[in-house]
This record gives sequence, structure tokens and C-alpha cells, in this order.
Amino acid sequence: MKIDVSAPILARNERFAAENRALFAEADVFVLDMLASPGAGKTSTILATIDALRDRYRIAVIEGDIASSVDAERIKAHGVPAVQINTGGACHLESDMIRRAVDTLDLAELDLLIIENVGNLVCPTDFDLGEHAKVMILSVPEGHDKPCKYPNIFARAEAVILNKYDTLSVFDFDEAEFREVVRRLNATAPVFPLSATLGSGVDAWAAWLAERIEGERAGSADASHTDTGTEAANGS
Amino acid sequence: MHEMGIMSGVLEACTATAEREGATRINEIRVRIGELSEVMEDALRFAFEALSVGTLAEGGRLEIEHVAATSRCVDCRVEFSHGRFDVACPQCGNVLCEAVSGRELEIDSIDIDLPGDEAGTAS
Repeated sequence: MKIDVSAPILARNERFAAENRALFAEADVFVLDMLASPGAGKTSTILATIDALRDRYRIAVIEGDIASSVDAERIKAHGVPAVQINTGGACHLESDMIRRAVDTLDLAELDLLIIENVGNLVCPTDFDLGEHAKVMILSVPEGHDKPCKYPNIFARAEAVILNKYDTLSVFDFDEAEFREVVRRLNATAPVFPLSATLGSGVDAWAAWLAERIEGERAGSADASHTDTGTEAANGS
Repeated sequence: MHEMGIMSGVLEACTATAEREGATRINEIRVRIGELSEVMEDALRFAFEALSVGTLAEGGRLEIEHVAATSRCVDCRVEFSHGRFDVACPQCGNVLCEAVSGRELEIDSIDIDLPGDEAGTAS
């Protein structure tokens, strides 16, 4: 006998993501999910972003790693609340993990919550955490061919950060080729070349993020906020 | 990469449905996987073989339907199919397009035996 199931496979993840989204909307907190390979400079980029925006927004960070609290300690040392999630082997964060981490934060005291996902270019893309935007960081030493090899993450990101840009001359990185492939995968995503540790190029990225946050706030202030969790466009 | 987790979700949902129906066995599980998802068919089949042992779905079939990627132009509303690259409206060239399909990770249906059914005779 055939039984119609018609259910999302990640139903549990989608349920928590929807709850997270409602929590974030209620507290008026913008949530950014940052994706990259291990070593691309996720934590450094987050620290640079904090420096650029901490006068304007109250920020906290959720750090996702398989083990250790090294990253959360770095963020806390910067004077920003940080929660470490240890996935214990899982290659990506899921929405219920975010929920447990969020429960330890005071959302009412926050404007911007940055999630550093587990270093991985594959798995995190399929998991909705309830965030407003996913942003992808690629570092120059990883090579310009990564968008060809890991297309989905570039297609799903709202913006692409090209980190360690100061090392461009040392590596065989074809920036024009990189930009062309990113454009073909995701015509609407801006590319921000920057060097997180030197601070160069961070302003343009931070300005984009601030504009994105303000756009979201204006949208929710219109009371026309009907985010269903579906992507509005291929570029998002 | 996360096919094990995905398959455990599939089996959890399907065995719950089957148990609710009073099934003695799951003959077939049908899933719909979008072509833009990061799920590998081989890994999914491996996960099914490994994780279905000891469940109602042990020895059953896994049918995978691949769903093509389609989008709709936000301006002229034309719907079109596409690959991963160069997504743009074929009519006006607009790159602002809403995703319609291609990211599915869905359980479609299951085929079960109820008590009294002859073993292996799926309806």
C-alpha cells in the first residue's frame, strides 16, 4: 500500500529554523551565517567586522567547530559575547544547535548575531539556520578555481568575501577568472576583496552589511515581513 | 557529506509513518532530491543500506527522483529550467530570478505491507 508522506527530509531542521527566524524577528536581531573552508579566515574576518561595526551595532557571535573553544575565546577577548558550539564531529551547524546557543544570549541586547559555521564548503549550504543571509569567505591561497569545484556555496551566498587579498601577488590566483565564475553562478552577489588581519578592504564589506541590516529593519518596520524561508532570488 | 544525517531523517519519518499505519514492512521509500542540493546519490544509497538494518525498511528499495532546477524571472514571470551556471531569464536576460525547484530534499511516499499482506506483494 502506497502512503503519501510529502515531508521535507530536514523537517526537524526547518521547524527549528522557522522558530529561530521568529525569535530573531521579534528581537529585531539581524543574523549572518558565515561559511568558508577551515583556515580561510572566518574568525579574523568576524573580528574585523566587529571592529568596523561595533560602534553602530551591539554584536554577538556563535562559533561552530567540531571541537575546542579557541575561536569563542578569541571573540570574547575582543570584548564581544561569544557562544561556542561543539558539533562533536558533525560537519555543519543545524538549527536546533543555534537555538540552544541563542537561549544563552540576551537577544534584546543585540542588533547583529554572527554565526561562524563549521569550516566546510559543502554541507552547511543545505541547512537553514533561520539566518537572514549566508555570506561566503574564500581566501586567496585556496585558489580561484573553488567556485567551479564547490558551486552551491557560491550560488547560495548573498555576498562573497575574498580574504587574504594582500597575498594575491604570491599565489597563482586569477582574480578575473574567479569573478567571472562567481558571476556566472550568482549574478547578484557582490565580491569584497579584503585582508581581515590588515584591515584593508573591510570598510566596503562592512558598509554592505550595514546597508543589508538597515534594509531588513526597514522591511520589518513596514510590517510586510513575510519571510517564508524560501530564497527570494537565485542570487540570495 | 551529510547523507548519513539525511538518511537517518528519512528513515525516522518513514518508520514513524509506517508504524502509525500498522505496517509490517516498508517495501519502498521514494525521495525527491533537487539537482542543486549537495546530496550524492551513491552516498545516499550507502547510507540507506547501512541505516535501514533492523528497521521496517530493511531490504526495501530506495527510489530517488532527481528534480531539475527551474526558476522564474521576477520581471516577466517566465519560468525556465537551468543548470548551476548562467541563470538568467531566457526572454529578457534578467538575472533576478526566484528559485522554483532544484533544492528539494523531500520524502515523497512509502510503500508498505500491512498485516495480512503477502510478503513482498506491494500494492
